[in-house]
Amino acid sequence: MSLKEKLSTGKFIITTEVGPPKGMDIHEMKENIELLKDRVDALNCTDQQASVMRLGSLASCYLAKQWGIEPVFQVTCRDRNRIALQSDLLNAAAFGIENVLALTGDHVSLGDHPGAKPVFDLDSVSLLQAMKSLEEGHDLAGKEIKGTPKFFKGAVVTPGAEPVEPQIMKMHKKIKAGAQFFQTQAMYDSRKFEEFMKIVKPTGMPVLVGIVVLRSAAMARFMNKNVAGIHVPDNLIEEMDKAEKKAAKGIEIAARLITEMKDSCQGVHIMAIGMEDRVPAILDAAKL
Amino acid sequence: MIVAEAKNLTEIGKTIAPYGRILVLGCGTCVTVCGAGGEREVALLHDALRLMDMKAGNGKHVFLECTLKRQCDPEFLDVLEEKAANVDAVLSLGCGIGVQAVAERLPDLPVLPGVNTSFLGMAKEWGVWDERCAACGDCRLDETAGICPITRCTKGILNGPCAGTKNGRCEVSKEMDCAWVLIYQRLENMRQLETMRRYYPPRNFRAIPRPKRVLSKINAAGGGHE
Repeated sequence: MSLKEKLSTGKFIITTEVGPPKGMDIHEMKENIELLKDRVDALNCTDQQASVMRLGSLASCYLAKQWGIEPVFQVTCRDRNRIALQSDLLNAAAFGIENVLALTGDHVSLGDHPGAKPVFDLDSVSLLQAMKSLEEGHDLAGKEIKGTPKFFKGAVVTPGAEPVEPQIMKMHKKIKAGAQFFQTQAMYDSRKFEEFMKIVKPTGMPVLVGIVVLRSAAMARFMNKNVAGIHVPDNLIEEMDKAEKKAAKGIEIAARLITEMKDSCQGVHIMAIGMEDRVPAILDAAKL
Repeated sequence: MIVAEAKNLTEIGKTIAPYGRILVLGCGTCVTVCGAGGEREVALLHDALRLMDMKAGNGKHVFLECTLKRQCDPEFLDVLEEKAANVDAVLSLGCGIGVQAVAERLPDLPVLPGVNTSFLGMAKEWGVWDERCAACGDCRLDETAGICPITRCTKGILNGPCAGTKNGRCEVSKEMDCAWVLIYQRLENMRQLETMRRYYPPRNFRAIPRPKRVLSKINAAGGGHE
């Protein structure tokens, strides 16, 4: 069953992600996928995450599919103009990859090629629009295409942003441009998430709440300081600080957050960032 | 106006090394205002270069100085015929346009840049200039509350803030405002938030083939706008 079909059944959906390797050594990615494939409904392959040059999202999605897991093709607007982006959307469709997550993308200056030219010819909204156009049989220039692709179009939203209103406005624009599901930035505050869900509920959009697995208190403090839209509350930082077994505590917190937020949304998206082997334990603890 | 920054002395020293007689050429317009290449900077650079020459102990350069009203305008370049008659190179403290205008006028002489042209901007306060315009050739400031997302959003995106905005600041620098949060706040103040809910299609880069050319529409006194 595809991600789209699963979401339509009303079942609580679990997605997670892998960051492709920097280089050609794909054995760790394969091991992680082996570990995850029977536990999750779909797997995002990130697109040069944090603007670090690495194996591409499309090739990783293709491999993931071969290895028996449903991939979500993450596409950012950072590195390709509208010609290359539309072509890569067709490439994905040609490989039978249906799920696409549209993102703006981090700025190049945050990555390992800070002098590279940032493209941003499209943004996350116009990228969704491009998918919709291709599905309707023409490209962004209005030119007819022969053989139309079919996508399950995803987008992201940051419920913890300050101010959150422009993010919600943009979410509405994404829906208008064709978004069919949302994955969120990491949330650690279930009350705030519930409030957000109340606001966006009338849209009827399936929302998969984002969980970033905590490694340590230092990681939480770093994210609070540097990562947009993420706020780890002090009590969780303290819990991590005091815990002797950090890995177990990180798993426990992630599972607790999922349990708290599960009823207000349609699924969860777990971002393990190098700790993919902890995902099964999180799902066990959350009884999923 | 065009904002530029002086190149450092070592770099200038390297570019002028092969030449003996050098005309240090200032510009009386934008770079005078931003303190990068006006008459004052020409005099200061002249002194600094002479001192550098003396320290190196070779004294091989001879420097002349002159500041034009505008390097980018042919009518002010006529004096170069005399000023640059006996030099081996021109060191222009004009912006990149000035350097090229002077080079076009002096086909046989090397014209070297003495400043780095930075951006189109405005004086924010004394001694501080901020970029404000990307000269994109397709102005949509009417739709963005008079705040340019192409210039002031580091990604130049058109449909609202990306996920990288934190407390109204940009993911690239905590010192930098998120242009889209500024636009949002200003539109909200003006009760025009509807504008922001509109879909902005991708930019039309055909509006800006490079290099661009603008033809005057003034063909009669008082003309300009039809």
